Amino acid sequence: MTFDSELKKRLIVAAAQVVIENAEELTALDRAIGDGDHGLNMKRGFEAVLADVDVLAGKPLPDMCTSIGTHLVMTIGGASGPLYGTLFLALGKHLPPAPDLSGAARAFSAAVTAVKTRGRSDVGEKTMIDVLHPVAGILEAAAVGGAGEDLTARLRKAADGGLEATRPLRATKGRASFLGERSVGHLDPGARSSQLLVHAACGVLSGLMAEAGGQGA
Amino acid sequence: MTGRVGIVIVSHSADVAKGTVDMVRQMVGHEVPVAGCGGNPAGGLGTDVASIMAAIKKVWSSKGVAVLVDLGGAETNSEMAIEMLPESWRGKVAICNAPIVEGAVMAATESAGGGSLEQVRATAEELSPA
Repeated sequence: MTFDSELKKRLIVAAAQVVIENAEELTALDRAIGDGDHGLNMKRGFEAVLADVDVLAGKPLPDMCTSIGTHLVMTIGGASGPLYGTLFLALGKHLPPAPDLSGAARAFSAAVTAVKTRGRSDVGEKTMIDVLHPVAGILEAAAVGGAGEDLTARLRKAADGGLEATRPLRATKGRASFLGERSVGHLDPGARSSQLLVHAACGVLSGLMAEAGGQGA
Repeated sequence: MTGRVGIVIVSHSADVAKGTVDMVRQMVGHEVPVAGCGGNPAGGLGTDVASIMAAIKKVWSSKGVAVLVDLGGAETNSEMAIEMLPESWRGKVAICNAPIVEGAVMAATESAGGGSLEQVRATAEELSPA
């Protein structure tokens, strides 16, 4: 898939918009089990990204991801800054300029691993990893078995399933772990922001995948 | 090696950071370089990678810098800040697993006595339950 500056701009705008539009919900989720700043912090980070969208979209894909990561690290100001920052910095490090599906899957998996390392966290601990890990799994499977016609639908479904799976979990990482059993029954705000971002990216890419006739990325 | 291990205090609150620096100063005066930072880039509660990097640079010493943090994001952002420092500095900056106020005072006392970064860190971490 060719990531021209128009497509890159659409991806950045979609990601920033979904975070900004849902900032209040993210903050409300975080107020229940964290310190109530996730929405505001993410909004500040993605507003900084959006303000720079033309410069970012003009860069080669890996450089664009690295630069988005740096913006997020420098502007979010909460734990999600280094976590989302690491996701994008690692994508910048591992993505080729014009990735095919297997290149994208490899880079995404490497980025999710980098986030796990940064947060010393893994699946089942009520974090963003519960969404990102299954999404990486779907990408890896598609890289082997082919995209099929509904790859973006499967990616969205994996993100939705991962998000919903955080509800019954007891948090053992991050601020929510202070609540112990009281964290049970709440969606994780970081998992929700990750699910929103997956949906935003899939929304932009689904049209293009259809045009490509399900031939992969 | 001359000089003293620098101490950086990273809190979500600028007031907590400043208050902790004041307490450290009362213990060790100005013989130990100490800097505090707190608050997110918008001035609210939180931590800020750029300010943490600036604080580390401010107290930089060839003996290294010990970093004391309060809650989760302060630690994660401090790790990120350390990774973004020049490569030759990274191994000489240590985040101490210790309570922020007590840890900072203990670390500064050890530093004032001429302790190495490892000694400063170990002294602060004596406060943590094993």
